[in-house]
Amino acid sequence: MQRIVVIGNGMVGYKFCEKLVGLAKPGALDITVFGEEPRPAYDRVHLSAYFENRDAGSLELAPASWYSDNGIALITNQYVSDIDKENKTVQTKSGETHTYDQLVLATGSAPFVPPIQGVEKDGVFVYRTIEDLEGMMAYAEKIKDKKSNGKAAILGGGLLGLEAGKAVMDMGLEPHVVEFAPKLMPRQLDARSSKVLQLTLESLGIHIHLSKTTNQILGNGAITGMEFGEDDKLDVDMLIISAGIRPRDELAKTCGLATGTRGGIVVNHKMQTSDPSIYAIGEVALYNQMIYGLVAPGYDMAKVAANQIMGNTDEVMANDIDMSTKLKLIGVDVASFGSPFMPADKGHSIIFENKTKRLYKRINVSHDGKTLLGGILVGDAGDYNMLHQMYLNGMALPENAEELVVGARGEGGAAFGSAMDLPDTAQICSCESVSKGDICNSLLNEESSTLKDIVSCTKATTGCGGCKPMVVDLVNETLKSMGKVVKEVICEHFQYTRAELYDIVRVKGITSYDEALDTVGKGDGCEVCKPALASIFATIYNDTANKEAVIQDSNDRFLANIQRNGSYSVVPRIPGGEITPEKLIVLGQVAKKYDLYTKITGGQRIDLFGAELNDLPAIWQELIAAGFESGHAYGKALRTVKSCVGSTWCRYGMDESVSFAIELEERYKGLRSPHKLKGGVSGCIRECAEARGKDFGVIAVEGGWNLYVCGNGGAKPKHALLLAEQIDNKTVIKYLDRFLMYYIRTAAPLMRTAAWLEKLEGGIEQLKRIVVEDSLRLGDELELQMQALVDRYECEWKQAVENDEIRKRFQHFVNTEDRDDNMVFVPMREQKMPEAWAT
Amino acid sequence: MEAVLATYQSTDTSAVTTWFKACTVKSIPENGGACVKYKDKQIAIFNFVRKNVWYACQNLCPHKMEMVLSRGMIGDADGIAKVACPLHKKTFSLESGENLNGDLPAIATYPIKIEDGFVYLGFSE
Ligand code: SRM
Ligand SMILES: Cc1cc2nc3c(=O)[nH]c(=O)nc-3n(C[C@H](O)[C@H](O)[C@H](O)COP(=O)(O)OP(=O)(O)OC[C@H]3O[C@@H](n4cnc5c(N)ncnc54)[C@H](O)[C@@H]3O)c2cc1C
Ligand code: SF4
Ligand code: FES
Repeated sequence: MQRIVVIGNGMVGYKFCEKLVGLAKPGALDITVFGEEPRPAYDRVHLSAYFENRDAGSLELAPASWYSDNGIALITNQYVSDIDKENKTVQTKSGETHTYDQLVLATGSAPFVPPIQGVEKDGVFVYRTIEDLEGMMAYAEKIKDKKSNGKAAILGGGLLGLEAGKAVMDMGLEPHVVEFAPKLMPRQLDARSSKVLQLTLESLGIHIHLSKTTNQILGNGAITGMEFGEDDKLDVDMLIISAGIRPRDELAKTCGLATGTRGGIVVNHKMQTSDPSIYAIGEVALYNQMIYGLVAPGYDMAKVAANQIMGNTDEVMANDIDMSTKLKLIGVDVASFGSPFMPADKGHSIIFENKTKRLYKRINVSHDGKTLLGGILVGDAGDYNMLHQMYLNGMALPENAEELVVGARGEGGAAFGSAMDLPDTAQICSCESVSKGDICNSLLNEESSTLKDIVSCTKATTGCGGCKPMVVDLVNETLKSMGKVVKEVICEHFQYTRAELYDIVRVKGITSYDEALDTVGKGDGCEVCKPALASIFATIYNDTANKEAVIQDSNDRFLANIQRNGSYSVVPRIPGGEITPEKLIVLGQVAKKYDLYTKITGGQRIDLFGAELNDLPAIWQELIAAGFESGHAYGKALRTVKSCVGSTWCRYGMDESVSFAIELEERYKGLRSPHKLKGGVSGCIRECAEARGKDFGVIAVEGGWNLYVCGNGGAKPKHALLLAEQIDNKTVIKYLDRFLMYYIRTAAPLMRTAAWLEKLEGGIEQLKRIVVEDSLRLGDELELQMQALVDRYECEWKQAVENDEIRKRFQHFVNTEDRDDNMVFVPMREQKMPEAWAT
Repeated sequence: MEAVLATYQSTDTSAVTTWFKACTVKSIPENGGACVKYKDKQIAIFNFVRKNVWYACQNLCPHKMEMVLSRGMIGDADGIAKVACPLHKKTFSLESGENLNGDLPAIATYPIKIEDGFVYLGFSE
């Protein structure tokens, strides 16, 4: 059996394994992978997402089980310290020796740390691993505990440096980017586009310092500043170095493989090093005298090496490697492709610049005007994918090439065709080498039928994600050309999505379920469309669940959650978790009287379990008399707004979180929605209310509240994302009204806010535009709708106990007063529980 | 509970020996259900107004042996009238009693008729 050893389990090392097991017969190879990091390979490209979700698992390229399932021995936390080329062995730091037939070096690169005096001080970081990020976040917290106006600098104004700038901002520190060159992103941008970018970044609150040579890091033990010239200093509390990368060729050097003068392991077009049994791929490989600091060329290298090892010797690395890039994250579009700077003897440039709108576009065109050689886009990179494809595929330019930059003149004339005009060979996803043909043919041959299928079978969009809009277009256009409509309908009775049905009900003024079925549905309905329509009626007319009881989900019909043995639970609302001793006593008395199991819930309120259907009205009558209301624990509705004690008592509190939580819970109580809604309000960033684990979360900060949306715990936990910062109570409510109403109108049934946001084209940025900037001009309408719902609130349990007709619903038998004698309770810890189920 | 389950057997109209006057028509919600007691049996009754048909079946859900089916939502799957159990949404044909979304045993169904504003259930015992 061939023994393959891979050193390095980063992005490219992982890709190599994936390609190799795809090519080899199961069990044909003995593969061992060594990784120095403590965890299996993760998505470094999206490392910054860790600041948002702190979820290392979601960055994983494959779980640890994937390796064992594919017969790969993965040894993490193990540095390989030596290679013996003659005996074909490698030695680990812990002293173990492993033999190989073929060795693959995928050791990546390390951040370059310039030899500046003082770089060893506390508070100086690099930006490459999850551990680096954890270190930075912990340090930033320490700074923020000490002062409210902490600053962090980033050394290096390249692609990664700007990403780090955004990360600093998200950590709540003031970002300063320090660049040695006179412009930002010196490898990708010309001076004018760099200036436009600088203006935009400054308007976002990122400070830019160009042409700065750092002489010294100041501070006693920990960094307090940076010194550029004698009188030129910048006070900072933290520094992130992002000054380039150095290939990790240390092993290659000690064992005598050929390396470049400026580092990197020399490889040929087969990815072989100077020793034919040793391959090098990824950021450590020096190919065509270049190190490629991008993941796509690394993936190509992985594919070539895997094929070479499996004997497919025709598969070699291309000569020209595309280094086009698009900046992600920062909130401003920046892209550059092909040759962004072009000497005048090769062609001419067409440049459009509008500094007031912070726009810059440049394309470089050959002298004959026929081919696109490269370009730069700042401010609006919407055309990047098409321009990039035109460049890659050498597609013919329109007669007036300037239309590519300024747009076509006249009615709706688009200079670009659609993605469908690309040749089949056009590479759409360069990270995973997926061509247009791969995508379209898979749909045409009916091997796949949805975007999800395409992503799972081709892996397109799973790398940098830049190709996503194009892949979506291709899938939709292809399906359309096949005469297929793509939508998720409610059920067999309504051929509409929930959002469509919502609009139809509103526009046609439909008010009952049968009317809906008769006008726009078919058949007699079911357990899926009934509650979906009940929810729609509730959010348009604020009907309570009493109006049409038989279309309510089973819990809503009886205004209580059904339990294991057919008994019910009773959960009165306790807004914000605040309760008077008098009310607590009432709860205890009621629970005692009706023999109810009593428990504090995870939602800061009290649940009384084990009530018989017949007793529900009497129980609620007593509770209502004591001032309680329904807690809607049974509904897809607002549940709780959890609070921490806040500034009224807590020594760290920045604002009154309990008061605000109560205000929010009172405002949105009774609000029905596609799925349940939970909120939280914390008095400071210690976040004791776990507000970021809720559908909406509010956290007090210096100067106002930060508003987070679309988080949840439950089956698929997700942290809420920042929607707006430092806003006052009124603005929080305004944004919440808009956000909640927009969610209610557009989400699918049983889709929580987190899943909804994942589906929302444009994600959180788009949501910000809709809610904060009011880009759809829906703001007023959404606020009015919400206010109308708030005004029409009624406690549905109060309705029920006061109405004899409704009370009749709560009878186990309609022909006798007898109780259900099949319901069996057994004792447990001084209370009771339902008898266990047999299976 | 297995023993209880065994006491519910689908009854054919031709085998009916007793017509039990169960309740008034009004005590069963339109397009919904409620439960009546007959001796030691619990029977779910549904007034399927959209189909203009009444249905009766055991109240016991064979999934977890709970007396809950009368509280379920009714509707149709490809035209077949059905009820969804409120506990885990297992669905059963109200016509044949068959479990439509799983392989649970069928539920027992009973003959039902309406006379002078009253609901009558047919039993063979
Ligand atoms: C009682 C309680 C557990 C407890 O003893 O603490 C509870 C009990 C139930 N939860 Fe929960 N959840 C309770 C807090 C939570 C929390 C914690 C929280 O709210 O902070 C979570 C995670 C946070 C979240 O929702 O994001 C939680 C996540 C779930 C989920 C998963 C939701 C998801 O999006 O993944 C379900 C299932 C569902 O809703 O589809 C669920 C469903 C249920 C149901 C309704 C299951 C059911 O349909 O019968 C349970 C009903 C109990 C009953 O009869 O009253 N429960 N549930 C808590 C009631 C809180 C309250 O006061 O209203
Ligand atoms: C924050 C950030 C953002 C980025 N954004 C983009 C982007 O938008 N687009 C893009 O194309 N690229 C981006 N990159 C670059 C991209 O992540 C790299 O090109 C890619 O990770 C290179 O993969 P690799 O496997 O060669 O190296 P790595 O992913 O660094 O993996 C090498 C692994 O080998 C291990 N190792 C090294 N030596 C040894 C040894 N002797 N023994 C055992 N293990 C060893 C290392 O610990 C490491 O885990 C970004 C990088 C960062 C840090
Ligand atoms: S976690 Fe599961 S078992 Fe526990 S209360 Fe929630 S739904 Fe029920
Ligand atoms: S008990 Fe009826 S479906 Fe589970």
